[in-house]
Amino acid sequence: MTHQDGEQITPYEPSSGTAIPTNHTVRMRTNFFYQVFRFIVINIKMIIIIWRSH
Amino acid sequence: MGRIVILGGGVSGHTAASFCRKWTGKQHEVVVITPNSKWNWIPSNIWVGVGRMTTEQVTFELAPIYKKQGIGYIQAKAVSLNPEGNDQGGKPFVTYEFTSPDKAGQIGTLEYDYLINATGPKLNFEATEGLGPDHGHSVSVCTPQHAVHASEELSKVIEKMKAGQRQKILIGTGHSASTCQGAAFEYIFNVEHELRVAGVREMADLTWISNEYYLGDFGIAGLHLRKGGYVTSSKIFAESLFAERGVRWILRAGVYKLEPGKVHYETLDGEKLTEDFDFAMLIPSFSGVGLKAFAKDGSDITDTIFAPNGFLKVDGDYTKKPFEEWKASDWPKTYQNPIYKNLFAVGIAFAPPHAISKPMQSKNGTVISPAPPRTGMPSAMIGKAVARTVTNMLNGKIDQPSGGHSMAEMGAACVASTGAGILSGSAVAMTVFPIVPDYQKYPGVGRSLNYTFGEVGLAGHWIKHILHYLFLYKAKFKPGWFFIPE
Repeated sequence: MTHQDGEQITPYEPSSGTAIPTNHTVRMRTNFFYQVFRFIVINIKMIIIIWRSH
Repeated sequence: MGRIVILGGGVSGHTAASFCRKWTGKQHEVVVITPNSKWNWIPSNIWVGVGRMTTEQVTFELAPIYKKQGIGYIQAKAVSLNPEGNDQGGKPFVTYEFTSPDKAGQIGTLEYDYLINATGPKLNFEATEGLGPDHGHSVSVCTPQHAVHASEELSKVIEKMKAGQRQKILIGTGHSASTCQGAAFEYIFNVEHELRVAGVREMADLTWISNEYYLGDFGIAGLHLRKGGYVTSSKIFAESLFAERGVRWILRAGVYKLEPGKVHYETLDGEKLTEDFDFAMLIPSFSGVGLKAFAKDGSDITDTIFAPNGFLKVDGDYTKKPFEEWKASDWPKTYQNPIYKNLFAVGIAFAPPHAISKPMQSKNGTVISPAPPRTGMPSAMIGKAVARTVTNMLNGKIDQPSGGHSMAEMGAACVASTGAGILSGSAVAMTVFPIVPDYQKYPGVGRSLNYTFGEVGLAGHWIKHILHYLFLYKAKFKPGWFFIPE
């Protein structure tokens, strides 16, 4: 079931009230170079949480 | 010579044992009593459940690891505690029943100076009629063996889809008070991912069923994070993912019975409804493992030191009070039993003072809301904190625990897989601070928006994959293991 922009948004359906990611957002989730950048960012955020919690 | 006995060799018990050994001198003894012969990295069981990993990849034998490290190991399940010793005097002791094949059923006792209860939960499949892989009609990913069975059943369902049969897949919680929604969340999206990989996604109806009041509650009253210029609820975050992946959801549902191909559940409105399925993975409720406790004269004091759900009472505030009066300070800080000062509980084994999510009750009086999770990072951190306390007390450095390890003061980093694959996988990476909302310190959402975040992506999958190997490395006491944080 591949998501297409707006495909799942049918007014008055339960799922219509939520945020549906755009195709661009979905593509970026598996974009290698962008994810390498996010990998670094997420690790920094997690290290901060670990540091604050120990 | 002193002896620290740890009941349970899971994430929190193993962590406690490893640091007790590291921080006590060789003159002291550290002994683990656990019914399992293998250690299991539970977060990766979901990948076993979809056939991406084998049981060998998520487990290892405990005996050689403990022998190398100088930790005593008894393969047995604890049966009872005598925290005052018995009428013949002596030290406090624990009674256990061997589970190793050569001594199965034999009874033994072991005296202790300090005892850390880290038994984890009993998987209470019996609480829901027809639930579970052994005597019921659903599968589970709670143990490696369960996960292998789930993978086999999933393969059969996929074969049926390939043969042109439409299949209904139901995943979520199997009791009105289940916890561990996160594991079910991971499993449903891993199944969805595998169906896409197998080219049969269009043949499956995926449904999420849960006792949560709203999607994204996860038993921690949800969370709020900054996203796109807004402060967004995890409800929006989770609904977005469910809608994107075409997963239907049923919420506020207390499952009470399973028949072949049919689940019965009660809603908060008091309605009794059913849902059909061809494949169901439902998480059971958890309870204590059924440890008994006896005073010196042999009288039963189980109800004194254990909560009604079987978890050990520690230094939390267990006074019954309404949700509006709950405070962050209700949560335990030292995990020390208030009566027996050499008795501690860590991980799931400690009794939480109350839930984290707002309790909801159906018109029929059934409580339909998640129990508080105490797994993963907080479980290990509490294990380490208690190990520090116990070793300091044993070494005579302190008389009383210092505290400061409340779940209302610590954060957690969590990575929830939503599909495995080095280039095609994804996971939700999130942090919360603190785990238990503190509405006085953080008015409004109860947590720091600076330290609470979440996002979906391939990077999260890489992190979860790396953590799998990192924590196995640490658990095997490989060089430098203690530098790896919990």
